[in-house]
Amino acid sequence: MANIMIRKTAEGGLSFYLPKRDLEDNIVSIEFDQADKWGGELKLANGGTYYVDPMDAPPKLPISVRAKRVDAPE
Amino acid sequence: MSTLTREETESLIQEVLEVYPEKAKKDRAKHLAVNDQSIEQSKKCITSNRKSQPGVMTIRGCAYAGSRGVVWGPVKDMIHISHGPVGCGQYSRGGRRNYYVGATGVNTFAEINFTSDFQEKDIVFGGDKKLAKIMQEIEQLFPLHKGISVQSECPIGLIGDDIEAVSKKAAKEMNKVVVPVRCEGFRGVSQSLGHHIANDAIRDWVLSNRDGQHFESTPYDVTIIGDYNIGGDAWASRIFLEEMGLRVIAQWSGDGTIAEMENTPKAKLNLLHCYRSMNYISRHMEEKYGIPWMEYNFFGPTKIEESLRRIAAFFDDSIKEKCEAVIAKYKPMMQAVIDKYKPRLQGKKVMLYVGGLRPRHVIGAYEDLGMEVVGTGYEFAHGDDYDRTIKEMGNATLLYDDVTGFELEEFVKRIKPDLVGSGIKEKYIFQKMGIPFRQMHSWDYSGPYHGYDGFAIFARDMDMTLNNPCWGKQTPPWKKSADADEVKAAA
Repeated sequence: MANIMIRKTAEGGLSFYLPKRDLEDNIVSIEFDQADKWGGELKLANGGTYYVDPMDAPPKLPISVRAKRVDAPE
Repeated sequence: MSTLTREETESLIQEVLEVYPEKAKKDRAKHLAVNDQSIEQSKKCITSNRKSQPGVMTIRGCAYAGSRGVVWGPVKDMIHISHGPVGCGQYSRGGRRNYYVGATGVNTFAEINFTSDFQEKDIVFGGDKKLAKIMQEIEQLFPLHKGISVQSECPIGLIGDDIEAVSKKAAKEMNKVVVPVRCEGFRGVSQSLGHHIANDAIRDWVLSNRDGQHFESTPYDVTIIGDYNIGGDAWASRIFLEEMGLRVIAQWSGDGTIAEMENTPKAKLNLLHCYRSMNYISRHMEEKYGIPWMEYNFFGPTKIEESLRRIAAFFDDSIKEKCEAVIAKYKPMMQAVIDKYKPRLQGKKVMLYVGGLRPRHVIGAYEDLGMEVVGTGYEFAHGDDYDRTIKEMGNATLLYDDVTGFELEEFVKRIKPDLVGSGIKEKYIFQKMGIPFRQMHSWDYSGPYHGYDGFAIFARDMDMTLNNPCWGKQTPPWKKSADADEVKAAA
């Protein structure tokens, strides 16, 4: 588990920031992005995957959350 | 000399690595790379923010240096106690020439060393009582101070003093801000963690102090974050932000005050210059207060124009108009500077090795003068800094992370740059090697280099160093060859 921060990028996408590993990358896909459910598996541009517990509503960004590493390239 | 190709640069790295034992060689190889602009993630080519190898000579500082010297030190109306033995504080006071306005010793204190001067008995019995006493004395002797920060040196963490409790008690008694900072030097691999710890201390002890209080705000409130006012940098940046119609409500932390820091959450936009040392607090403010932040670069007219337009894009048309007016106003002045110095500096090659920001930020300024940066590297950068550097640097140029004294010397001998820009400790090595050198850590006691005014000084300084007649006088007259004499006679 690691503390991460998700924020909106200038281009309108989402970016993923993991301070401990200096990892800042765009999120290419998010499992749940509905009005009543947000979160799940996040796929990053570098090929890694992280899991965030789904929330009941889309949060106000940026947000710090705990994420689990599912699969990371390095 | 001509630019190296990719293969030549790679073989240069291999050659330099040859002297190391197997294990050290394997480790150092990860920190040296040939730039490839097609790479998106720097992790694929360069490793950074790792512990230096024992036995090699690098120039890193410690977490205490990052917090006391860089982030907290320039906050002028606070007293920063170097809590621990006397040396750390003595060597980190005012050395970076963080200029400020005020009467030192009366209402500003940035140049004075305050220390608890630990002795053996303090290590054995603990230093909390001493710290409390120091704070009382400070309150009596310097009643105009606006707050105290306790900068821990290594022993504090080792003996487990409770500086938080002492600080809370003193804060209540004095009714001023007292910030305990757990920046013991042994934390982390370099000063970079000290920046982070200092940012976290600001977050926990300062930032929310004025939440809910009234503040006369305007829609154009911005802050300058991560500008330490070295030689007056922040002032040179501030004047044309104000000319653009923006109101700078806080400077972090060069010429900054604790009140400005407490007011920062009321800003509309945080302008971040040194990404490495203050991105943490900017990200926090974005999350907690919804203040957007942007990185900008005020080195050289090209980058200034780019940054000013991006800053103006956050605001309404009146700011955009004034932004264009500012750019137009300074353009002829900058053109005059370039016209004067570019012919003298055109085509010269530069190698840089500085802390955590300038190795990429000053590239634009050199390019404005027609110079080329052929190698760059950071003391304590992280992966995200190299992500940003790769795009700024030319293909097949050299990147070196936490370079050792030996490596940097060898690279310079082989690449033969016309100018080396690095820190205080490297200055005399290269000057004795006969290579022009500028100390880019605190601008070689010159400056400012930020902003339009700074660029003119930057260009003059580079010319003054590179075209100094002393570089042609390195061979003593009795060792000069007969040819040279004949040429002279003929002339």
